[in-house]
Amino acid sequence: MNAINQPCSAKELLPERFRQWFAARGWAPRAHQLALLDKARRQRSALLIAPTGAGKTLAGFLPTLVELSSPSSHLSPRAGRGRLAGVAGKPGEGADEIATELATEAPPSPRTRGEGQTAPHSGGLHTLYISPLKALAVDIARNLETPIAEMALPIRVETRTGDTPVSRRQRQRRYPPQILLTTPEQLALLLASDDAPHLFGTLRRVVLDELHALVTSKRGDLLSLGLARLWRLAPQLRMVGLSATVAEPEQLARFLVPQHRSPSPASGEGEQRADIVVAGGAAQPIVDMLDSRERLPWAGHSARHALGEIYELIHRHTITLVFVNTRSQAEMLFQELWRINDDNLPIALHHGSLDVAQRRKVEDAMTAGRLRAVVCTSSLDLGVDWGDVDLVINVGAPKGASRLMQRIGRANHRLDEPSRAVLVPANRFEVLECRVAIDAIAQNAQDTPPLRRGALDVLAQHVLGCACAEPFVADQLFEEVISAAPYAELVRSDFDDVVAFVATGGYALQSYERFARIKQDQQGRWRVANPKVRQSYRLNVGTIVEDTMLKVRLVRSQRGAASGATGAISRGGRLLGEIEEGFIESMVPGDTFVFGGEVVRYEAMAEDQVYVSRAHDQDARVPSYMGGKFPLSTYLADRVRRLLDDRRAWAALPDQVRDWLSLQAELSVVPGSRQLLVECFPHAGKHYLVCYPFEGRLAHQTLGMLLTRRLERARARPLGFVANEYALAVWGLGDLSALIRQRRLDLDALFEPDMLGDDLEAWLAESALMKRTFKTCAVISGLIPRRFVGAEKSRRQVLFSTDLVYDVLRKHQPNHVLLRAARADAATGLLDLRRLGDMLARISGRIAYKSLERVSPLAVPVLLEIGREAVYGEASDDLLAEAAEELVRTAMG
Amino acid sequence: MGGAKGTSLKARRQLRSQATSTQIADAPPQGEAQPVITVAGTSMIADLAGALYWPDQRLLVVADLHLEKGSSFAARGVLLPPYDTLATLGQLSAVIARFDPKAVIALGDSFHDGEAHQRLSAANRDHLAALQARRDWIWIVGNHDPELPCALGGTVASELAIGAINFRHEPTGARGEIAGHLHPKARIAARGRAIERRCFASDGERLVMPSFGAYTGGLSIRDAAFLRVFGAPGFHAHVLGDRQLYTVAAARCC
Repeated sequence: MNAINQPCSAKELLPERFRQWFAARGWAPRAHQLALLDKARRQRSALLIAPTGAGKTLAGFLPTLVELSSPSSHLSPRAGRGRLAGVAGKPGEGADEIATELATEAPPSPRTRGEGQTAPHSGGLHTLYISPLKALAVDIARNLETPIAEMALPIRVETRTGDTPVSRRQRQRRYPPQILLTTPEQLALLLASDDAPHLFGTLRRVVLDELHALVTSKRGDLLSLGLARLWRLAPQLRMVGLSATVAEPEQLARFLVPQHRSPSPASGEGEQRADIVVAGGAAQPIVDMLDSRERLPWAGHSARHALGEIYELIHRHTITLVFVNTRSQAEMLFQELWRINDDNLPIALHHGSLDVAQRRKVEDAMTAGRLRAVVCTSSLDLGVDWGDVDLVINVGAPKGASRLMQRIGRANHRLDEPSRAVLVPANRFEVLECRVAIDAIAQNAQDTPPLRRGALDVLAQHVLGCACAEPFVADQLFEEVISAAPYAELVRSDFDDVVAFVATGGYALQSYERFARIKQDQQGRWRVANPKVRQSYRLNVGTIVEDTMLKVRLVRSQRGAASGATGAISRGGRLLGEIEEGFIESMVPGDTFVFGGEVVRYEAMAEDQVYVSRAHDQDARVPSYMGGKFPLSTYLADRVRRLLDDRRAWAALPDQVRDWLSLQAELSVVPGSRQLLVECFPHAGKHYLVCYPFEGRLAHQTLGMLLTRRLERARARPLGFVANEYALAVWGLGDLSALIRQRRLDLDALFEPDMLGDDLEAWLAESALMKRTFKTCAVISGLIPRRFVGAEKSRRQVLFSTDLVYDVLRKHQPNHVLLRAARADAATGLLDLRRLGDMLARISGRIAYKSLERVSPLAVPVLLEIGREAVYGEASDDLLAEAAEELVRTAMG
Repeated sequence: MGGAKGTSLKARRQLRSQATSTQIADAPPQGEAQPVITVAGTSMIADLAGALYWPDQRLLVVADLHLEKGSSFAARGVLLPPYDTLATLGQLSAVIARFDPKAVIALGDSFHDGEAHQRLSAANRDHLAALQARRDWIWIVGNHDPELPCALGGTVASELAIGAINFRHEPTGARGEIAGHLHPKARIAARGRAIERRCFASDGERLVMPSFGAYTGGLSIRDAAFLRVFGAPGFHAHVLGDRQLYTVAAARCC
C-alpha cells in the first residue's frame, strides 16, 4: 500500500484563492487532501481510505474545484448555453434547487494561469459524484455550496435523484451542470439514454463516496458496469474512491480503473488498480464493554437487563447513538427506555421501516441538537453527520470488526479526538463476541468481505440498458464489460447466454423469436425491438428488490368480529409505517408485535394495507424477525473460537461468563479452535444434538435443513431444529447417543461435506429461501417487471407467481442463466452455502463428540431460543396436518 | 369480469347428460384410500394434482388450465419460460392415466387468452389430441376464453348439468354447483412458519375448484369473493398437500 509518499506543498497544488480560503477559516489543507490534488495533477485515479471526520468529501472534490476555478472552463460555448438555461429555468424550480448559478455573475478573471496545471476543461459536465444514499447527495450539495460561494467559483452544482422533477432532469441532460451529484441507479438511467455520449463526453472526474458500502452488493455490480461504459465514453476520465478502512484496499482499488485481461508487459501491475492514499492521524477510539451489575442473560437479544445502565450513559452524554441490529430490537429498546425515562429526555427512534417524513423529522431534530439519544438500526450506519454525537452504544452482537468500527466512527466526527463507544452484550455468547471485537479494533483488524463477483442478473439489466442507449456489437460490449473489476473474469459463454436471455429469454425451446426485446440488424448490431422496451427498462432499473412493503394502519380493535377477512374491517386509520409482507405472512390475526414503538395486534390485511389495533399487552407474541441481516463475520467467529480455546484469555471476561465456561469444561468439553464440538443428550422427553460451528445463523439454518434430512434417513426421527449465530440444536425422537454408540450413526459421515451435493439439490427444489432468491434475480434481470411484483396485493388475483415460474423452469431447463444467477446468490446470500462448505471442510476429521446425561452449560443459550425464535424448518405438510387435526378436535367438541 | 358472451360461431347449447346415476362406478385405479368430497349429496374424489373425479360418471373435472399463459405474457414483453403448457398437459395426462375417465370437463379459462389456442406448438397440439382420443371432452367457456374453435376437438359449452350437479366457470353460489374461476388457495400459519397451497373450497353444497395450470396463482379463500359464493364463513378448504388432502376450516386460514 503506498501511503502519502511524497510531501506536496500546498503552494504548489492549491491556487491562491484556495489558500486564502483555507487560511480565512483557520484551516490548513490536510496531507491526504493535497495528495489527492497531486494524483489529479498527474492524471492518476486514486482510492482514499480515511476514517469518518477526515474531510474525505472535500478531499474528493478539491481537484474538481481547483480545475474548474480556472477561467478557461466557463468560456466555452456550451457554458454560454448553460447560462441561458439557468436563467430560464429559475422560476418555479422550487426551494430545493441546489444550483449555484455563479457562472452568470462571476466576472471573467484576467488571469489565465492554471492551464499549465491541468488541461483546460471545455465546459459541460466535469465531475460526477455517486453515493449510495440520496440524502447524502443532497447534503453534499449543500456542503459544497459554502466553498463555492465563498471563493466565488464559477461552478454550478446540481443533484439528480429519484425525487428530481422531470423538467429539471430534462434540462440537466441538455445543459449539464459542472458537478452532478447522483446515485448508481440514476447513472444507469442516464447511460441508457441516447444523449449519454453528449452528456458524458466531457466528464473528467468521478467521485465515489462510501465505496466500501457500495461494492458489497449488486448495486456495486451495476455501478461497476456503469463505470466501464463511462471509461469508453470519456477516456480521459479519472476516478476517486472514498472509503472507510477495508481489509483489502488493493482489491477495492481495482474497482476504480479499467481491468485488462492480459495486461501488456509494458503496463505493470499498477495499471490494474488506482493509487491508494491513506489518511492517517485518526485517534484510536475508546471502546469498552458494559460490565453490567445485573445478571447476564443466557439467551435473547433484548439487553433488558442493562436498560438502567444504558439510560445512565445517555444521561451522562450530550448526544448518544444507540445502535441495534434489527428493527424489532430498536422498537423494543425504544419502548423500554421511555418506560424508565423519568426525566423525559428527548429520545427518538430511527429505522428503515418508519415513514420517511418521520425519519426526516428525527434527523432534523438531531442536527439541531434537540435530541439526547436516537435508537437506530443500520439506517444510520452511513450518511450525513448528525450534530455532536459524543457516545455510540452498540447493543447486541457487533457482527464484524469493520462494521463496528464504522458505527463507532459516527461518534465525534473530529479526527484528532477519540470516538467513545460502549458495547452492551445482550447474552453470554455476545460477551465473547464483544470481547474479540474490542481486541480486533485495538489491532486495527478489518473484516470487510472480499470484492464480489459480478452477478449475471445485473449484467442482463445492464445489457438491456446498453441497447436502449445505442445499438451494440456483442464483441465490443463484452470487452467493455470485462473492464469492470467484478466482471473481469466473466467467461464469454456466460455473456452470450445473458445476451440471449435479454433478447428472447434464453430458452432452449426457441419460441419467442417474434417477441424479442432486442434484435440483431444486418450489421450484427443488437438494437431495441420497440420503444416499449426502453420504457420498461426505465421503470425497472436498479438492483434493490425489497420484499413487498405493506402499509401499516392503526384502527380500532375488531376483536370478536370475524377479523382477518377482507372487507370485515373499516378502511382508513393512521399510517404507522411500512412492514415487509414476509413478516406479516407468518402471522395469524390476533398475534401481537411491536411496531412504531408500541405493541400492536394484527387484525387483517387488505390489498397493500395491514390493519393493526393498539394492544394492551406488555409483551409482543411474535418476538422478532430474521434476526438481522448480517451474520457474524468469519473473522470474529474465528477469534471467538480461539478465545474459547485459550484459558488465559478468559481472564479478560466478566466473572459470570468465566464461570459459565469453566462449568462447561467441567461437565462437557470446551472445543479446540479448529474442532467442532457435538453434544448429544436427552432433555424433556426428546433427544438433542447440539453443535457449535460459530458460522452465523444463515449457514446454521442451511446446515439444520440438511442435517435433518440425513437424520431422517438414519431413522433418528428428527422433529425440528433451531439455529443462532453460534450453535445449532436438532431434536428428535430417536436416541442419538445410542445410535452413535451402536455405530448406526456416524458423525463424520453426518457432517461429510458431500451433503452440499444431492441433499442440497433436493432441498433447493423446495426451499422458500431459494425461491425468494430466484424472485430477486428475476426482477433485477428484467424478466419480471417490478410493477408486477408490487401489484400483487393491489390486484385481487396474483398475475403469476415467481415460485411457479421457478418450479417450471427448474424442471424444464435446470441450467438456465437465471437459475445459475440464483444459485450464485445462494452461495453467499440467504443460504450462505460457501461459508457452510468452508466450515465442513475445516472440521472434517476434527469432530469432538460428547455424550451427556443432560444439557450442557454451552447448550443452554440455543435451547432457550426454542419457542422464542421462530423454529427454522421449511413449512410443509405437517403444518397442514396440524390444522386439519384442529378441525377434527373442534368437530369432536 | 364477464361470463361467456354469446356468438354465432360457438355452440352455446346446454348439455344434458344421458348418463344415469345407476351406472356402476369402476373401482379407483389406485389401491389407496381416495379422499372424498361430497357436493350436494354426490361423492367425488379429490386428486392431489387439483382435479376432481366423479366415479359414478367416470368423469374428470379440471379448472383454469390457462394454457399458453407464458406466451401470453411474452407477447406483452414479459418473457416467462415457455414451458407452462408442456407442464400443465403433462400433469393432466398423469391424472387422466390415473383415472382413465370416460369424459373430461375443462371448467373454463382453459386458454389464457383468445388467441392462445393458435399459439399452441404442434407438439402440444398433438399431446392434447392424444388426451382427447377415446373420450368425451367438454370445454366450458370462461372469461379468458369466451370463444373456442371447433378445431380444438371436443364440445364447447357455457355450462353443463349432470344430475344434481351444475358445472360452470364462474361460481354463482347455486346449490350443486361446481365452478372454477377464483383459483382458491389456503394459507396456514403457525409458530412463525406459513404454508400456502391450492385447495378445493366447499361447504358440502357447492364447490370451487383449484386452478390446474402451471402458472396459475391463487386467491386467498379468506377473500370476500368466497364469502359471496358460500354465503356464510363456515366453509372448508380441502388443501392439496404433498402426500394427502387436508381439510381445514376456512376461518383457520389467513
